[in-house]
Amino acid sequence: MTNTLHRYGDSESFHDDYIVFATPSNRKNDTGSIPKLKKFLEMALPFKPVNLGDPVHGGSLRPSKSLGPLSHWNRDMTPDFRAVIDGINEPASVVAIFDNLEAAEAFLKVAAEADLGLSVNISASIEGAEQCCRYAGIKRHSIGYSLGFEGATEKLPNTQLLKLTTMCGHGMVSAGLAQKMIDWVKEGRRTPDQAVTYMARFCSCGVFNPLRAKRIFEEARKKTE
Amino acid sequence: MYIRSFLLGVFVGIVVAILTMKINPNKCVACGNCTYVCPMGAIYIDPNIKRATINRDECVECYACYNGLSTEHLNPSLVRMIRKIFQIGRLRFDPEPDVCPTAAFEPDDLQWPRVIRRAFSDPRATHESTGVQGRGTEEVKTNDVTGRVNWGEVGFTIEFGRPGVGVWLRDIQKMTKALANANVAFEKKNPFTLLMSDVATGTLREDVLDEKVLSAIVEIKVKVERTEEIIALVHKVEKEIDTVVALGAGTRCDENGDENVLAPILERLGYKLERAKTNTGLGRITNAVENIASENQKEEQPVGETR
Repeated sequence: MTNTLHRYGDSESFHDDYIVFATPSNRKNDTGSIPKLKKFLEMALPFKPVNLGDPVHGGSLRPSKSLGPLSHWNRDMTPDFRAVIDGINEPASVVAIFDNLEAAEAFLKVAAEADLGLSVNISASIEGAEQCCRYAGIKRHSIGYSLGFEGATEKLPNTQLLKLTTMCGHGMVSAGLAQKMIDWVKEGRRTPDQAVTYMARFCSCGVFNPLRAKRIFEEARKKTE
Repeated sequence: MYIRSFLLGVFVGIVVAILTMKINPNKCVACGNCTYVCPMGAIYIDPNIKRATINRDECVECYACYNGLSTEHLNPSLVRMIRKIFQIGRLRFDPEPDVCPTAAFEPDDLQWPRVIRRAFSDPRATHESTGVQGRGTEEVKTNDVTGRVNWGEVGFTIEFGRPGVGVWLRDIQKMTKALANANVAFEKKNPFTLLMSDVATGTLREDVLDEKVLSAIVEIKVKVERTEEIIALVHKVEKEIDTVVALGAGTRCDENGDENVLAPILERLGYKLERAKTNTGLGRITNAVENIASENQKEEQPVGETR
């Protein structure tokens, strides 16, 4: 999967969601891949990603297992990109998320020029990914289409919740928490920035896009979507 | 057959040592935060004991509660007393919603076959059979290096249960049997294929059928000409399965980077193609030749997360 393939929404709703990831392959190009994976994420930093992640340790917003009582009033909500990069210690996919096409295009170009030898994929709207490849002068190798959700779709939550929860493709961000956060934002108990930070901590590989989530919260608050 | 048995043995052997989730009633203060974060909605405050409790039938051992909640280590008695005083005064304490104030979640021993739940639900639990975390599939993400899906072929990923619905393995078997009957090729290194006692018939091991997982992905490959037939089959069988299904279809682009074979078929079938995962073709084999040569009888398997 589909971890990022089946994000819910139409192509317009992905205008601020570009996921670029590098994957080593066992017995093919995994030897010595850790420095390359780190370099891949380092190269992403100048283009201001909204999240970075690796599946072993998580994204740039992580839960803390030793909070003090005062943390309820004074909690660090800043994404820690450095922790993601420094924490990579085994061959596994790493991911950089961008909220605009220009950044994704520029990063892909730099990644192609770096010639790391790792498989690099873009998970985005089809159009967006095509534009990135064109800009970087890349001919696409393969493509995996999302055909969306079928079957007992009556069991799925509403579209706003789906947009939020499917941003963690492993399903670790629950509809219950998403609904609670929408309610809290509507009540003014929390800001959208705070709400997305809570949710992002549950995404265990860092593919949650906090900027897109914030937009969805704003839409939900005013019911403009 | 020997390799399949060996891989399943390794898979079982490794995961049998992992732990199931429980909430320590001596620590829980019934703040209710965890009831919202469970993707399956399996945690509730039991009114009789006034503690958070896990519905073990519905729990898929995804560890979202344990891994995702931040924790404090407050004194449970003190927190309960404060909560009681607040309750009497009709006051609302407004704690962080992603915190377990007393670190009450404690993984406990998990035995076969329940261990299957975690293997397919917790993205941090590595499928030892494939070396891949998450649900253990690769689609076309490393196709530039492995050549798994070639021109004229389509790799389908059929995912069950996500988001937040879950699926019983007995139900997925309906699909695998139908696909096997249609003579498709199951991805050999997919963890779900390894649960089959008979790949030729798509039959799963009897002892795992009553397990529920958050999500599982069946992965197959067919000739592109069979696209419509396979989709029709999936549509037919999914009506008999009480969960949601997410379908993905991947193929190779042509030498110009275009894909004009599969997309027209999908569009003709009524799909509006909005989103895709695009392999940019930047990967190449860089491992030392002797390492590759020593492995050349084995099948390629990618490592790392499924994205």
